Amino acid sequence: MAELTEFIWIMAKIVAILVPLILAVAYLTYAERRVIGAIQARNGPNRVGPMGLFQPFADVFKLLFKEVVIPSNANRFLFLIAPMLSLMPALAAWAVMPFSDGLVLSDINAGLLYILAMTSLGVYGVIIAGWASNSKYAMLGAMRSAAQIVSYEIAMGFALVGVLMAAGSMNLSGIVNAQAGPIWNWFWLPLLPLFVVYWISGVAETNRAPFDVAEGESEIVAGFHVEYSGTAFALFFLAEYANMILIAALAVIMFMGGWYSPFHGLPVLGPMFDWVPGIVWFVLKMTIFLYLYLAFRATFPRYRYDQIMRLGWKVLIPVTVVWLVVLALMILAGLGPWFN
Amino acid sequence: MSTRASHSRIGDLARTFLLVELLRGLRLTGRNLFRRKVTIQYPEEKGPQSPRFRGLHALRRYPNGEERCIACKLCEAVCPALAITIDSEQREDGTRRTTRYDIDLFKCIYCGFCEESCPVDSIVETRIFEYHMEDRSERIISKDRLLAIGEQYEAQLARDRQQDAPYR
Repeated sequence: MAELTEFIWIMAKIVAILVPLILAVAYLTYAERRVIGAIQARNGPNRVGPMGLFQPFADVFKLLFKEVVIPSNANRFLFLIAPMLSLMPALAAWAVMPFSDGLVLSDINAGLLYILAMTSLGVYGVIIAGWASNSKYAMLGAMRSAAQIVSYEIAMGFALVGVLMAAGSMNLSGIVNAQAGPIWNWFWLPLLPLFVVYWISGVAETNRAPFDVAEGESEIVAGFHVEYSGTAFALFFLAEYANMILIAALAVIMFMGGWYSPFHGLPVLGPMFDWVPGIVWFVLKMTIFLYLYLAFRATFPRYRYDQIMRLGWKVLIPVTVVWLVVLALMILAGLGPWFN
Repeated sequence: MSTRASHSRIGDLARTFLLVELLRGLRLTGRNLFRRKVTIQYPEEKGPQSPRFRGLHALRRYPNGEERCIACKLCEAVCPALAITIDSEQREDGTRRTTRYDIDLFKCIYCGFCEESCPVDSIVETRIFEYHMEDRSERIISKDRLLAIGEQYEAQLARDRQQDAPYR
């Protein structure tokens, strides 16, 4: 009986994380279309419901009612399992995400490793989807995406090693607590180059503009998911946006002080904002990063494939290595409010 | 271009690593985020129309109710798409009138030559542009329908002709 109640309790927690996450994905697609529309002096979707707010639901239901077309020479099993393989890690990674002080599904000590492992698993969905489709465009897109994701994972991993050194902990709550304090106590300041590298590789990891050669519309139609339709396509879409939100949430935890208010610990301002729950700060900071995703897409032209590889291997990775050395010296010197 | 030479390699490198150009691009798009939208929300809002707008055709009448068209067939002759078909006869009072005045809307290219060629301002093009057909046979618009459209929109048509008169 005790086991049953515990099982139900865990399921309830999972639902409590996944439902808001999926809603956030829905409204991220809406925000994307509205923001990019606004930047291009257009309105974006504004017809379905007040201000177009029901547009994402209209889109989802349209996709759900469509047929899942399976190409005649595709590997049926792999073709259908691929979207699940790509979505599953994107959702599973949220298990260790601390939304506020103590508000975490599973407070494990190797949280950072778990997250890195989960984000790396996502690439299998991409490769399998591209291969199982039996289509040259899907294959090319899958190879591009896989190469890109794997290369940028290195730069991203190195950037997170910096965070690990600075925080002295792999527990995500521990990393946030190491940044306790006002905005200049957070790791973005001493780790600024790593922060920038992390964010650039995060954008590349999620195959978003300007690193979206994997689905470069003008070259290879839609990349690894050309052959997908209906619900299967919706799962890829969901995974892409869930990953974007995950990268934004990680950026907040690693570099922007997680659930801490930017005035935490200040004499007057600090107590003034004490009543705001930590999760509000967390979501607010995430929103800024998600807006950056959209602004990037509206601003930057797509990189050529070889330029992406050059940036990843020849610029970002050396920068992180250099800064890891600098960081080690800063820690040895016990510099500033961060490392004493 | 003169500043080009003063760029040092170190300066270039610094600009690259400080992401100067990327941030400048983001500032530009950020400013545009708050610009006024140019979209016209079509069914609710509509763009401006010229008095010379060339939409669906109509045949006009004189204020006393007599139809203007005298079956001179100039419009039929000038029509580059051969969309107009006219048959005529002599009426009891000795004047020539059309018995048939068909316009094939699929052939018509809305060039307005018929309207320009008309010596009595009978065939005109209205401002109506939102119409549809549910069957191919409806593409032929006959004399009585053209006259009916003319009667319905006479006030607008007269106003537009008058406004354009100085330039004709």
